[in-house]
Amino acid sequence: MSFVGLSDSEEQRMLRAIGVGSFEELLAAVPKQARLQKPLAIDGPLSEIELRRRFGGNARANAAESAVSFLGGGIYDHYIPSALNALAMRSEFATAYTPYQPEVAQGTLTAIFEFQSLIAELTGCDVANASLYDGATAAVEAALMARSQTGRARVVAAGAIHPHVLQVLTTYLDGRDLTLVAERGGQVAAEDLEAALGPDTACVLYQHPNFFGLLESPQTLHKLAHDAGALVIAHCDPIALALLEPPGATGADIVVGEGQCLGNSPSFGGPLLGYFACRASLVRRMPGRLAAETVDRHGRRGFVLTLQTREQHIRREKATSNICTNQGLLALRATIYMGLLGREGMREVAELCVQKTHHAALLAAAIPGYRLPYDGPFFREFVLECPADAAAIARAGIERGILPGVDLGRFRPEWRRRLLVAVTEQRSASEIERWADVLRAAGGKG
Amino acid sequence: MSLERRLLIEQGGPGHRGPALPACDVPVRPLAELLRGARLRTALEFPQVSEPEVVRHFIELSVLNHHIDRGFYPLGSCTMKHNPKINDELASLPGIALAHPLAGDDASQGALRIIHDLSRTLAEITGFAAVTTQPAAGAQGEAVGLMMIRAWHRARGEGERRRKVLVPDSAHGTNPASVHLVGYETVTVASGSEATVDLHALRAALDDSVAAIMLTVPNTLGLFEPEILEVTRLAHEAGAQAYLDGANLNALVGLARPGDLGFDLMHINVHKTFSTPHGGGGPGAGPVAVAAHLEPFLPVPVVTEHGDRLRWDHDRPRSVGRVHSFYGNFGILARALAYILTHGESGLSRVSRTAILNANYLMRRLMASYDLPHEAHCMHEFVLSGRGLRKHGVKTLDVAKRLLDFGVHAPTVYFPLIVEEALMIEPTETETLDRLDHFAAAMERIAREARESPKILQDAPTTTPNSRLDEARAARELKLRWSVPGREASVAAARSAERQTIGRP
Amino acid sequence: MGYPSDVRYTREHEWARMENGLITVGITSYATEQLGDVVFVELPAIGKKFEAAKPFGVVEAVKTVSDLYAPISGEVVAVNEELSSNPALVNQEPYGEGWMIRLKPRDTAEFNQLLTNRDYEKLLEEQHA
Repeated sequence: MSFVGLSDSEEQRMLRAIGVGSFEELLAAVPKQARLQKPLAIDGPLSEIELRRRFGGNARANAAESAVSFLGGGIYDHYIPSALNALAMRSEFATAYTPYQPEVAQGTLTAIFEFQSLIAELTGCDVANASLYDGATAAVEAALMARSQTGRARVVAAGAIHPHVLQVLTTYLDGRDLTLVAERGGQVAAEDLEAALGPDTACVLYQHPNFFGLLESPQTLHKLAHDAGALVIAHCDPIALALLEPPGATGADIVVGEGQCLGNSPSFGGPLLGYFACRASLVRRMPGRLAAETVDRHGRRGFVLTLQTREQHIRREKATSNICTNQGLLALRATIYMGLLGREGMREVAELCVQKTHHAALLAAAIPGYRLPYDGPFFREFVLECPADAAAIARAGIERGILPGVDLGRFRPEWRRRLLVAVTEQRSASEIERWADVLRAAGGKG
Repeated sequence: MSLERRLLIEQGGPGHRGPALPACDVPVRPLAELLRGARLRTALEFPQVSEPEVVRHFIELSVLNHHIDRGFYPLGSCTMKHNPKINDELASLPGIALAHPLAGDDASQGALRIIHDLSRTLAEITGFAAVTTQPAAGAQGEAVGLMMIRAWHRARGEGERRRKVLVPDSAHGTNPASVHLVGYETVTVASGSEATVDLHALRAALDDSVAAIMLTVPNTLGLFEPEILEVTRLAHEAGAQAYLDGANLNALVGLARPGDLGFDLMHINVHKTFSTPHGGGGPGAGPVAVAAHLEPFLPVPVVTEHGDRLRWDHDRPRSVGRVHSFYGNFGILARALAYILTHGESGLSRVSRTAILNANYLMRRLMASYDLPHEAHCMHEFVLSGRGLRKHGVKTLDVAKRLLDFGVHAPTVYFPLIVEEALMIEPTETETLDRLDHFAAAMERIAREARESPKILQDAPTTTPNSRLDEARAARELKLRWSVPGREASVAAARSAERQTIGRP
Repeated sequence: MGYPSDVRYTREHEWARMENGLITVGITSYATEQLGDVVFVELPAIGKKFEAAKPFGVVEAVKTVSDLYAPISGEVVAVNEELSSNPALVNQEPYGEGWMIRLKPRDTAEFNQLLTNRDYEKLLEEQHA
């Protein structure tokens, strides 16, 4: 089927009005040999009933259909308030496009302005944009901006940064001008960073809390980077920032990160929500869209997209980035999420994560054979050294309806006995107990 | 009296709060002990608003938007078509929405199946060998495509020599921006008198320093390139790759396949052709389809089939690398697959056919009231010029604003750059004849108003939530965030204050 | 049209005025009409040297942006700081308070090669013919 709303007789009327005898005449410019020669070999057409059956089958083939998740590594299973789904799924938001005509897009533009305001507050930065594709490309855009601002080439990535962020960065930097400073004891060691800095360093990128869930020492890192004339890019978890001192307030020039955790589904890793905030002085080099307050002809407040001269549709090859879209609907969801939870709720979510994660870590560390390899403070996630392969424990967990953590062996063979465990506010004490049972059983077998 | 709409931060206050969280059911320990040594924030100036008021706030905002479910949205090059609701429901099934990207392949067979099915289907529709679903949008698809082209030239030992990408002057701005991003140089090729590729200009520009040509087919004027087979042949003869900007795939789907036109690769804007909701500006998705010779360079990982099981293959030594945190915009890709399956082969060919018919119908009717710079039959969109209205003191912008008063969205304006006062109109296949006639009548009335009472246009819109907004003031003041005590809301002011502390070293 | 006769012009729509051995540079009223509301002007640091016809800055309007070209070679001795807080001056007084930079010329002979107001008017007429 299709969603075409024309009858055959209407088609004929239209062809007559156009002044052609047949539809084929409209295709005069398309060479015959360029036309499709045989029907496309694709499935369908399917009715809604058949679609539900097919996708329902796909959904059931994912463990997520029923299992309790202790997975993290950049994507987290936080609670999404019902009011959020009801609001964000409205057609008015979902089926609008980029607010090119601000007079009929104040809903979207106001929400973007509120998103920018909330992210700026959360990160301690002067200004935030309307969002980017994901946390990894936000880090890339930040690095490229730091390079153009400083006129220097080298990007120094310090400590335990998500391997995928580093991979995406490597791709965009074409494998050049990237120095990795290995973690020591799970965190960045000041002396290691200092040794890596030089007069060609454009920026220092660190993650906080880092890939292992550990907190870094932002102030120390900021000072070292600035002393070398480099900019600082902090890659931060926004839920953690409800509790932690915002890096923008202690000198980070750019703060970026992944905003999936703010009211968006894991959705197998996409769509995601890259956020991007920075100092006021960098605003003209920012990538992506920006909404700004102004007034209409009657003096009434309204919002428009601004600084569009940075963008590709005007500046073409001189644009600050090639990005055109933002992740509008996900930014809206994040805005509603932060609005609903508010000042108290955001903090409570973050505190519950800390309490439950530490509770789980204590439980696990008491099970024979398991240990916590790192000493540093952690937020919502921790690395657990296991007596057996993490992959085997994960398999055993799924049989009991538990996804016990991310098998870090997928990133490095030497991490094959490590699980990365995340515990959000959604996990109850009894679920954590069931998780510990999985570890006990699997560890015993290992 | 008119009450200003209030922002969230201007509502509620201490004592107001949203939904409750559960009490902590594990032993509580002091934060200072758990996060020893960490510096915590002293304040979080977030709104404090009750749930009912948050709900009202966003409902109030929502009704200020024009959207495709409310009315006609003929935004050229954006393909604003009906978004079937079933697709959103399918993407929200718990097994799909809650699927975690690091759960492991065994726990993710359903998600892998969806990506695999979509990849195969897109390859068939576009006539290519393989697809990556990682790019999160068309623009990212362009960059990834160019990276693959770069990798291919390097593998042939021509990486150093081939640095240029030919782009027509009618191209989307993303093309040159993407070219710059991957370190190539854009060479703009002027269009011929028919606004399509000028073969002489193309021949002159093609030499052994050219890495690729980037074309949009049909082009941004909605015109099919009649010499397309020759264009791609010439590119290959010169050792260059031919990249298709897939923004206008809605004109081709089920009618012709880019792979059969001689292209080597393309991106697909699934939020356009395959109808995933535009979300107020995203998320979209921009899978890239490639011919067999480019397959080794696809981003990692790639889905591979092993009997009835699917796996992510990371071991791809010639890959350009990873370009997304995970596997692309999966939720969007799932919707696109559902859309394609709904149509099947017969439905898809009706999409392009009707999109082309609708556009030609509107074009022939409106050419009586507006300048039509190129008279050939169009494909799925067409471009008018408002230059004839200038003598009445009316600009294309005024036409766009006046259209809003008739409950329809304005077309894309001032693009493509090669048409003065351009109005780019794309009706899509999901509009009925009634809707097209209503839009045409509005456009005709506006042309009449421009002659008889131009002030109506210059003052428009008058029926929208805001009258015309002052964009110059916005850009000069740069108020990019709401005001909270102790923070400067205007970035322009904050920037002046900060000017001494940071700069280009 | 009526372009002031006390300044010289470039084909890129900058004007230059010689006073006390220094050259003041701005953009013409034709340029400001084409640009619309100017929202930002990016100017170089004092002491920076430019070759004639090379870009020295950028002028931004709401939806367009244009490079600014040095009419003659020289060293920047002053920039109009006012424009950072009030870019609208460029629209309001393009030949006065809306000036952009002051150059110390390397060779004043270059100044005499710039277009006169008559040449400039003729250029605009040709462009619109």
